[in-house]
Amino acid sequence: MPRRSDIESILIIGSGPIVIGQACEFDYSGTQACRVLKEEGYRVILANSNPATIMTDPDFADATYIEPLTWEVLSAIIDKEQPDAVLPTLGGQTGLNIAMELFERGLIGVPGKPEMIGANADAIATAEDRENFKVAMTEIGLESCRSRIAHSMDEARAAMDEIGLPTMIRPAYILGGRGTGIAHTVEEFETLAATGIEASPINEILVEESIVGWKEYELEVMRDHADNCVIICGIENFDPMGVHTGDSITVAPIQTLTDVEYQEMRDAAIACIRRVGVETGGSNVQFAVNPDDGRQVVIEMNPRVSRSSALASKATGFPIAKIAAKLAVGYTLDEIPNDITRATPASFEPVIDYVVTKIPRWAFEKLPGASGILGTQMQAVGEVMAIGRTFPESLQKAIRSLELGYHGLGCGEAEGRLLAEFPDDESLLAQAALPTPDRVLQVGEALRRGISIEIVHERTGIDPWFLDQMSLINEERDHLAAVEFDEVSPRDWKRAKRLGFADTQLAYQLGRTEDEVRTAREEAGVVPTYKTVDTCAAEFEADTPYHYSTYEDESEVRQSDTRKVVILGSGPNRIGQGIEFDYCCVHASFSLRDAGFETIMINCNPETVSTDYDTSDRLYFEPLTKEDVLNVIAAEQPHKVIVSLGGQTPLKLAGEIPLELVAGTSPDSIDAAEDRERWNKICDELKIPQPPGGTAVTLDEALEITDAIGFPVLIRPSYVLGGRAMQIVHDRDHLASAMAELAGFGSLGKEGGLSAERPVLIDRFLADATEVDVDAIRDHTGEVLIGGVMEHVEEAGVHSGDSACAIPPQTLPSWVAEVIEAYAASIAKRLDVRGLINVQFAVVGTTVYVIEANPRASRTVPFVAKATGVPLAKVATRVMLGATLAELRAEGLLRPAIGGHVSVKEAVLPFTRFPEVDPALGPEMRSTGEVMGIADTFGKAFYKAELSAGTILPESGTVFLSLADPDKPAGLVVAQRMRALGLGIVATVGTAEYLARFDVEVDQVLDKVQDIHAKGAGVTAVDLIAAGEISFVVNTPRGRIGRTDGAHIRKAASLHRVACVTTVDAALAAAEGLAERNGVLLGVRPLQEYHATGSTA
Amino acid sequence: MNVMAHRRVQEGALVLSDGSVFEGELIGAAISAVAPIAAGEVVFNTVPSGYQEVITDPSYAGQIITFTYPHIGNYGINATDFESAGTFCRGIVVRDLARRHSNFRAQSDLGSMLFQQGVPGIAGIDTRRLTRIVRDSGALPGAFGAASESELLAAATAEPGTDGVDLVRTVTTHVPYVIPAVDTESRTNIVAMDFGMKSNIGRSLARLGRVTVVPASTTAAEVLARNPDGIFLSNGPGDPSMSPYAVEAIRAMIGKVPIFGICLGHQLLGNAIGASTVKLPFGHHGGNHPVKNLRTERVEITSQNHNFAVDPDSLSGRAEMTHVNLNDGVCEGLQVNGEQAFSVQHHPEANPGPHDSNYLFRQFATMIEKATAKKMSI
Repeated sequence: MPRRSDIESILIIGSGPIVIGQACEFDYSGTQACRVLKEEGYRVILANSNPATIMTDPDFADATYIEPLTWEVLSAIIDKEQPDAVLPTLGGQTGLNIAMELFERGLIGVPGKPEMIGANADAIATAEDRENFKVAMTEIGLESCRSRIAHSMDEARAAMDEIGLPTMIRPAYILGGRGTGIAHTVEEFETLAATGIEASPINEILVEESIVGWKEYELEVMRDHADNCVIICGIENFDPMGVHTGDSITVAPIQTLTDVEYQEMRDAAIACIRRVGVETGGSNVQFAVNPDDGRQVVIEMNPRVSRSSALASKATGFPIAKIAAKLAVGYTLDEIPNDITRATPASFEPVIDYVVTKIPRWAFEKLPGASGILGTQMQAVGEVMAIGRTFPESLQKAIRSLELGYHGLGCGEAEGRLLAEFPDDESLLAQAALPTPDRVLQVGEALRRGISIEIVHERTGIDPWFLDQMSLINEERDHLAAVEFDEVSPRDWKRAKRLGFADTQLAYQLGRTEDEVRTAREEAGVVPTYKTVDTCAAEFEADTPYHYSTYEDESEVRQSDTRKVVILGSGPNRIGQGIEFDYCCVHASFSLRDAGFETIMINCNPETVSTDYDTSDRLYFEPLTKEDVLNVIAAEQPHKVIVSLGGQTPLKLAGEIPLELVAGTSPDSIDAAEDRERWNKICDELKIPQPPGGTAVTLDEALEITDAIGFPVLIRPSYVLGGRAMQIVHDRDHLASAMAELAGFGSLGKEGGLSAERPVLIDRFLADATEVDVDAIRDHTGEVLIGGVMEHVEEAGVHSGDSACAIPPQTLPSWVAEVIEAYAASIAKRLDVRGLINVQFAVVGTTVYVIEANPRASRTVPFVAKATGVPLAKVATRVMLGATLAELRAEGLLRPAIGGHVSVKEAVLPFTRFPEVDPALGPEMRSTGEVMGIADTFGKAFYKAELSAGTILPESGTVFLSLADPDKPAGLVVAQRMRALGLGIVATVGTAEYLARFDVEVDQVLDKVQDIHAKGAGVTAVDLIAAGEISFVVNTPRGRIGRTDGAHIRKAASLHRVACVTTVDAALAAAEGLAERNGVLLGVRPLQEYHATGSTA
Repeated sequence: MNVMAHRRVQEGALVLSDGSVFEGELIGAAISAVAPIAAGEVVFNTVPSGYQEVITDPSYAGQIITFTYPHIGNYGINATDFESAGTFCRGIVVRDLARRHSNFRAQSDLGSMLFQQGVPGIAGIDTRRLTRIVRDSGALPGAFGAASESELLAAATAEPGTDGVDLVRTVTTHVPYVIPAVDTESRTNIVAMDFGMKSNIGRSLARLGRVTVVPASTTAAEVLARNPDGIFLSNGPGDPSMSPYAVEAIRAMIGKVPIFGICLGHQLLGNAIGASTVKLPFGHHGGNHPVKNLRTERVEITSQNHNFAVDPDSLSGRAEMTHVNLNDGVCEGLQVNGEQAFSVQHHPEANPGPHDSNYLFRQFATMIEKATAKKMSI
């Protein structure tokens, strides 16, 4: 059947902010869907609260609503736009859940309302509800784990009695497996069952037979209206069952199933999608296989495009989301051409002739208190993928893609740490038995020590085939250990490179420098070849612009004469460096393609739009290391290389790239801004005040500085992003522990530790300062464009990435804003910036201090672009390649900024997943994503932003106030406003007494948690939060954050999902938002309307 | 550790008749002093799993099989996934032969099996480069071994390829044998003409009834004398025009008993009704080919292994094209006009490959049932 002509407009629901379990893979799938449906001539309406996404660019949809993703807001959008259909399967679990809410309220999927395309409500309910799903699978003869549903603790205990321990507990309707866990003991069971019932929006858990240790597989299935089904990709997990698949190392294709077993699984996956009733599109079916007898059980299925489908798309070259969108509007698979071969249809099953390895990346170093042990609940914040011809090659490439200081499987400085931490084999094995982020390296080390594959398999459950392949890597090292550097033969080089060894690993093994190794290897004629990802293992001709390096006979890259620009991507998502930078890289590619350049993307993050093979003219799916990047440069001979749009990852490589190739601001200027001495000199010269401070490598040097400037101080390492290891330090003891953390064996030690080149920066901490961020562009004629001035809601001291901020500034006098703009422009001039610069200021009274300047793209670039309608990243890229702002204005790319509304960005924090972590904000960034609220006033925009971030500000109920002394005056105002809105107030003793002095009575005075321990009785905030009697928590910590009362309260709020703010500024903003929200419907308005009608700012 | 074993490799090379040279390491059966070179027509197969089935498929007689998936041997060799009692290919080419396998059914490893079955192989090859050459120039002769490049080139050039050779005779059974019906009550009697039949076809047919497998040279009269309810024409290697005796036998049987053919059997049925067969520029060798059933409009993902195909233009007036390959329009199935005879080019029995076309065996069963009922009613 060809494209449906009975529908004209389609609403796509996006996935909202980046959170653990739902990252930029949904921007990738949503962007593809928007593109395809627009190309097909439909009116595309998009709802997504995440401004950092490519899909929310006004070019990708006809109407783009950056609005909160709640059913009320969606319903307002539907009223306004009257779409014919809603496509809920491309926005992750968020999209699916909202669609179900809309359906249940009769707003979609019922006669007279927009139709649900892709998956209908029945299918979603069958797949998402575990009991329904199990019944459905049993019906079609597929085995699943024995299990029982429970809605209460009594039911849960009965289920456990029947199934026996260990059991798996899974809450229903939860993304990323939050709240899921394995109980080995009755005590563990009680805790997990109780939290699970609470976490589930329908208070339902599944108690299930544990299949921990089995082999885990996934199949990506697609189905069309005519019931044609194909498998796009099979994935085998390196980590056995027990670790969430999002936290597992996974490998494509499947390695250890015979064809008979694979076909049985294929039949089951197809039967599953048919029975669940996903009419069109992609689904992901997960299986567990008992390694002893091959028994296969179905674990679950996602009736939508998922994280795995993004991985499968990148792994095979088959664009699942794009095809899913086409199937949703009526095409059948055989009517859609395969983009890659062009000659063959999409109704086939890709086969690959390489091995793909995905490794997740976690952020435990930013979450003190979290156990760091992986389980059935996803904890990773990002992932890397690597392609090699063999598993060892792809594994080593993937490990070095992680940017954690490892060059591959061992054979590097990091090895010393493993030896020191686990000197004996038993301690190493005991550690490797626990799934943790470093397990693969521990396994590698165990094999290197000669522990048998049988023993390692027994302790870890990792399949012996994988272990043997890892042994090949170790054996190659043993061989090289016996060879002198000058005697390494061409065959030796080739064999080592084919196993994925980096030059840095070989340098470590051979006792030479990386450059010496490179030279010797190249002299031996061993250079990388580039193969093509073509969906068909070379069976058909394809000129896909999608390559990976390997060491073979033949390279398939075609030479061209067009001027080429290489764009270095940002690598794996991590806290502090995420989708915002991918947005910038993708925009760079789009704008340069439009300007006639050939663009070449290098990146290793499978979740992103940048690694979509049609974003750039060519894609190299490669690690972002010196060696791999220089290899691509050698193969492509580009005109320029862009290093300043992908965050710290490419910036760190700037110095390794021939100077004349670096586009835009010179590496020397980048260094001038980063090097403390040089930066101080610049500020002195420009007469721009800085907080007093200095740099230190040792504790003694640090103490010298604090003796001069006093406490509190802000300390931070150089060359990091996201406030990594940044702290506010209040005394000498704290300074000592902070310095130790930064040096050698601390968590930052992995990222390079401290040295004269990488000292710690120590500054006087400016208490109660207002923080302001500026993004600007300067061209080679010296013209400076101020992109946006953002005033932070939280005071200085909270990392800018975790702080809410507003455009335009809300409290700054306009002349102060002008001073800030003038300072930013003069810094840009002094650094001879060509492209973007971000400058951070702290305003105390009317004094403007500069905190730091970064001549590169910042995290806020996409937010500023959405707020002002100016495509900053595109403009900056052209400027880097030599265009002037005036030329870009004439060309029409650079338009005047629009104003007349307020835009608020709010951070989204991961604490509900880590109930053991104190959610108080500080100078180390911990947010995983961001949302945006746009409205005509600050209050409304802030309310929308909070709603989007999942913080439901209470319109009724009780507010709990517990304020640090300096916050009490502002807290009084908060209390007065909350009272005026009719909310109840409870407070701790000190806060209650303070409020009483100003005639604000509290409903109840609560005891402190530590007092209860002393007194043995009383009611604390923790009790009330647990009892569901508190709807909003305002708790502001001061001084060193420890296991104080505040920490207990904040953790309780995060565990029970009660809105909690930890700064008084946020509480004031919330009060303002609530006051404006009171009784007023939130208006919805598409970005295109703001951009078209906004008055010029 | 197994360091020494890892180091002791015998270097070798693969040379194609076009002069392309690939360096690698010899694996599998030793290439003896008597026959220092393995030569044959080089083809590739893109299945990522199913090497045991592929290597033991008689259709590969005379050929050197290149596996495009780099890791081969991962799950070992088991007792049940053989597609014939022996091997008929001339050798295999892989990027990497697994040193250690892992699977609950594995009883041996691929390296040992190659050794025992006398199949030589070469590993460490840039199989993607090789596949691209074979894709562009068509299956071409090649030779590998420890001999010098010039000797290997000479051997490759001297290799006749599969054109003009009756490979069927080298793989067919010499004497008839019986595969008992799975359903012991079944009274259906099927005669299968063995042109190089895969075991799983036998297993699939046995679900329909008792199967008597007869040599390829069996005449029509001999087949019909067995009083079959259905006649099956098996897959097999090479060029259908090299087996005129089979074409003749089939022609004489059309209209008498329901006939079902697979792969070479399909081409032979085509020739028997006067349609012509052509050699494809490069064959179909994989488990992912989309085939459209033109009657139901449904797409089946199929397993394929053939270099020759029935020319659809030559069918007119004789048969209806029932299936088409969506990649390149090759005729994948035919139904003889007015007769109980049909055939497909792909492999509904799978092994390796998807089960999407398995319904064709049921279709054959239905045809047999109807014919039997008619016969009874007469």
